[in-house]
Amino acid sequence: MSTQPIIISASPHVHSDRTSKKLMYDVVIALIPAFLVSLYVFGIRAFIVTAVAIISCLLFEYLIQKYLMKTKVTIGDGSALLTGILLAFNLPSGLPIWMIVIGSLVAIGIAKLSFGGLGFNIFNPALVGRVFLLVSFPVQMTMWPTAVENNTTIADAVTGATPLGVIKEGLMFGDTMSTIATKIPSTVELFLGLTGGSIGEMSALALLIGGVYLIVRKVITWHIPITMLVTMAVMTGIFWMVNPEQYANPLIHILSGGALLGAFFMATDLVTSPVTKKGMIVFAIGIAVITVVIRLFGAYPEGVSFAILIMNAFVPLINTYFKPRRFGSKIKSKIV
Amino acid sequence: MLKTFPKGGIHPPENKITAEKRIRRMTVPKVVYVPIAQHIGIPSEIIVEKKDKVEIGQVIAKSGGFVSSNIHSPVAGIVTKLDMIIDTSGYKKQCIVIRTDVKNESNFEEKDYPLKSQIDMAPKAILQRISDFGIVGLGGATFPSHVKLNVKEGVKLDCLLINGVECEPYLTADHRLMLEKADEIVVGIKILLVALNINKAIIGIENNKKDAIKLFKELTKNESNIQVAALQVKYPQGGEKQLVKAILGREVPKNGLPLDVGVIVHNVGTIFAIYEAVQYNKPLTERVVTVTGKKLENPSNFWVKIGTPITDLVTEVGGLPEGTRKLVNGGPMMGKAIKNTDVPVTKGTSGILVISEEEASRGEAKNCIRCGECVFVCPMGLEPHLLMNLTEKGFYEKASNEDIMTCIECGSCSYVCPSHRPLLDYIRFGKNIVKKLQTAKN
Amino acid sequence: MTDSVLYSVLLLASLGIVAAVVLYVVSKKFYVYENPLIADVDEILPGANCAGCGSPGCKSFAEKLVNTEDISDMFCPVGGNEVMKQVATILGKEVAEKDPTVAVLRCQGSCEVRPKTTEFQGPRTCAISAMIYSGETDCQYGCLGDGDCIKVCKFDAMYMDETTGLPVIITDKCTSCGACVEECPRDIIEMRPRNKRDLKVFVGCLNEDKGGIAKKSCAVACIGCSKCEDICPKDAVVMVNNLAYIDPVLCTLCRKCVDICPTHSIIETNFPPKKPKKVVAKKNLIKKEATVEPLNVKTDA
Repeated sequence: MSTQPIIISASPHVHSDRTSKKLMYDVVIALIPAFLVSLYVFGIRAFIVTAVAIISCLLFEYLIQKYLMKTKVTIGDGSALLTGILLAFNLPSGLPIWMIVIGSLVAIGIAKLSFGGLGFNIFNPALVGRVFLLVSFPVQMTMWPTAVENNTTIADAVTGATPLGVIKEGLMFGDTMSTIATKIPSTVELFLGLTGGSIGEMSALALLIGGVYLIVRKVITWHIPITMLVTMAVMTGIFWMVNPEQYANPLIHILSGGALLGAFFMATDLVTSPVTKKGMIVFAIGIAVITVVIRLFGAYPEGVSFAILIMNAFVPLINTYFKPRRFGSKIKSKIV
Repeated sequence: MLKTFPKGGIHPPENKITAEKRIRRMTVPKVVYVPIAQHIGIPSEIIVEKKDKVEIGQVIAKSGGFVSSNIHSPVAGIVTKLDMIIDTSGYKKQCIVIRTDVKNESNFEEKDYPLKSQIDMAPKAILQRISDFGIVGLGGATFPSHVKLNVKEGVKLDCLLINGVECEPYLTADHRLMLEKADEIVVGIKILLVALNINKAIIGIENNKKDAIKLFKELTKNESNIQVAALQVKYPQGGEKQLVKAILGREVPKNGLPLDVGVIVHNVGTIFAIYEAVQYNKPLTERVVTVTGKKLENPSNFWVKIGTPITDLVTEVGGLPEGTRKLVNGGPMMGKAIKNTDVPVTKGTSGILVISEEEASRGEAKNCIRCGECVFVCPMGLEPHLLMNLTEKGFYEKASNEDIMTCIECGSCSYVCPSHRPLLDYIRFGKNIVKKLQTAKN
Repeated sequence: MTDSVLYSVLLLASLGIVAAVVLYVVSKKFYVYENPLIADVDEILPGANCAGCGSPGCKSFAEKLVNTEDISDMFCPVGGNEVMKQVATILGKEVAEKDPTVAVLRCQGSCEVRPKTTEFQGPRTCAISAMIYSGETDCQYGCLGDGDCIKVCKFDAMYMDETTGLPVIITDKCTSCGACVEECPRDIIEMRPRNKRDLKVFVGCLNEDKGGIAKKSCAVACIGCSKCEDICPKDAVVMVNNLAYIDPVLCTLCRKCVDICPTHSIIETNFPPKKPKKVVAKKNLIKKEATVEPLNVKTDA
């Protein structure tokens, strides 16, 4: 007999080898292709922004947990690391470092730890950080170093607007889509990522690879990303078909901006998304609708971040009303 | 496409290492410890006294009520004492200790009964026999069989399901029994069909037991009223409600029984016990037990007398290996961890699982990350994370409204939880409290 | 400029007036009559809302006291006789006088004397471990050591002694509300009369096993030898299922049983050390079961 006592515990006595840490690191792995693309496009700047965001997120988590909350420090679980990466991916590559640090503090300190830490936060921490920066420093947050110039020179970065920004501005000044179309990158360029924008939302291809990896690894299910993208496509498609001169086509909407990053990585954040599949679909439809409304009729060119945060607030409600069907409960004859 | 139940379920590693091992007969132990609470329901009442001489198969404790069962002596010998010993519940319970009479030959006869397929008994008599001979569900739940078979007048019953699923990892007792006693099981099914006066029986077997499926298909080729259903491998398909849904597509209502949709489910082990009781007057005094574990020298399947201390079984397979940290009575998903090997085999012991260091420890419980995995896998459509939360905080009323009582305690939620949260521990606790509150209300 | 100041002042003032009127009307319209006695009684009650009286809180207990004719069987354990007397004078009803009680822990199975034979993994609450099995030691009657009683105590009158693994009751803080007694799945905590100067003699064990088995699982277990029953001059000791119990009403605190108990499972508290002979005996005990003594001392801290 071994010297250690026999363990008693309640069933089950076996456990799957999935851990929350592994889930977090799987998401990190899935973000690698997008990061490589941004490195190619923005060069060292992308690396600096990401590194600063990661380090400050981890540091703030450590400091707050150790000295303010006086609880166990959990920086090893990968969630702060992930928040850092996602925050960086939502920032323009030219952002001053001190702003990134502030964004990290808001993301970790306010959006995550003040709610009680991992699992208790209502809003996606990275997005809270991003939106905080966006409303506090709107100028810096919308200065997008353009892709080609920045590839070689970082110091005097030439800034340009994102495709969505160009469209919004153009439409405001009464241009039609056909004239604007010449100013924005082609669909193929959008797909590959040779455009202006946040670090992580460059390449649709890289994000798709990451998203597929997550679905294959069963970290996320298809429900949120697919529903969200399809709804967006349908909504913008309707507008486009009604008036193609006033509204951009669905493909541009899906491939540009934060739609793909949001669909695969931000909206699917386990903590801030619903727990049932029915709920996920409702959640994703909500995000898509709000995004499209903001993009087409709002003041901002891009609305994915706001849409996700708004729907985050509805998650508890969704969880309450969209429950899985209990086994054996009678199939109700619905009142029509 | 093979059939299965639609909602939830998991695929734990099967680890059926004893699937190829023939069932061996365990040597008769010198002393047997027969607990009086071996089944769900009221414990039996002891009717022997210290120093009484008992014969093999003699009733030593009689049924204590309707939901109860007789207990028969597994050996011929002398009652040495009526004592309290730790049983699988972890608490000391009443039990009858019988010293085997080594001179009595009936103890050591290894009868190989020939197949007897002629059914002579009347339905009523068969049911009475099942009740008298202490037959309980041998799948693990140990629900007295006669209660299940007691179909009231006017209740529509049209199908008998035979549970040969054995969805628990590691266990192979039912699988081996199906391979080695197939003919007897078919006769057993026919006996039940006669007793219940119906003409449809379906044997459900998971697809990881292809040999058993083939064998039964072969045997029932000319039996118009017995079918074989091959099922996808998915845990917890052996649960009654899941099995009914998988095979027949009928959904047992909430808080209901399979009988509510015209079905009775019995385990293959139970069917074999019924066969022996009806055809050979043999009460339930032994069962098949899988003794298994990755580190064991010679994991095997045994015919074991009820009341044999688990120590004997473990010795038979080569002793406890170095670094054993957990002993489980039953399968890894629903079995109970036991304190030591002094615990005896009871009617519900389908396996003994010896778990080593690496597998034994539970991970540290972390915060719920609301990934919803427990919700996806719950075969009953519950929200385990919510139920745990409610129970932990003491909102039993709310937990009850969230259908905590319909939980079948399959453990799928705890199995998948990436944060290693003790979901089922709390749900089970919550169920206990809710049950108490409900009885207090009535 | 002055205009805007004036307007703001006027606006705020009128808002205030409107709100005041609304509040006044509503409070008059929806006024609910409440017996003023209830508020008076509630004032006297300790306000701990511990539910020791059986009502969910002090307010509801006050209502019950006012509305019930015969309150002689109602008692506030926290306030004790003094509070109940005041209540009686206010309400003009009879109350029964009760001996003050205090919670005692009837288990001495510290880590040292009661070795752990298994390790429990799962939620560390007594309620759940009790449901799953009989505890980490071989004694299925004793303290599980997960501290449900401490969590439920609203008066900080309990804490967990890390070295013994047993909860300790701080007698001075204990209000005998009975929450811990309710909570303990093993019924280890008992309410016993405080007596004078908190003198108590009780059996610190609940093990119903036969002597040998009990002794094997725990060195200070009651082995059911009946010596205490034989020596007790007042027949205060009862033996049931191999376990001694000292009836607090009959016990005269003579302590004969304490000296004779072979396993030292009878606990005495707050007795001054006396007689050199006794001290010798105690020293032996300290050597033998080092952890038993400190426990007693702490109990009465």
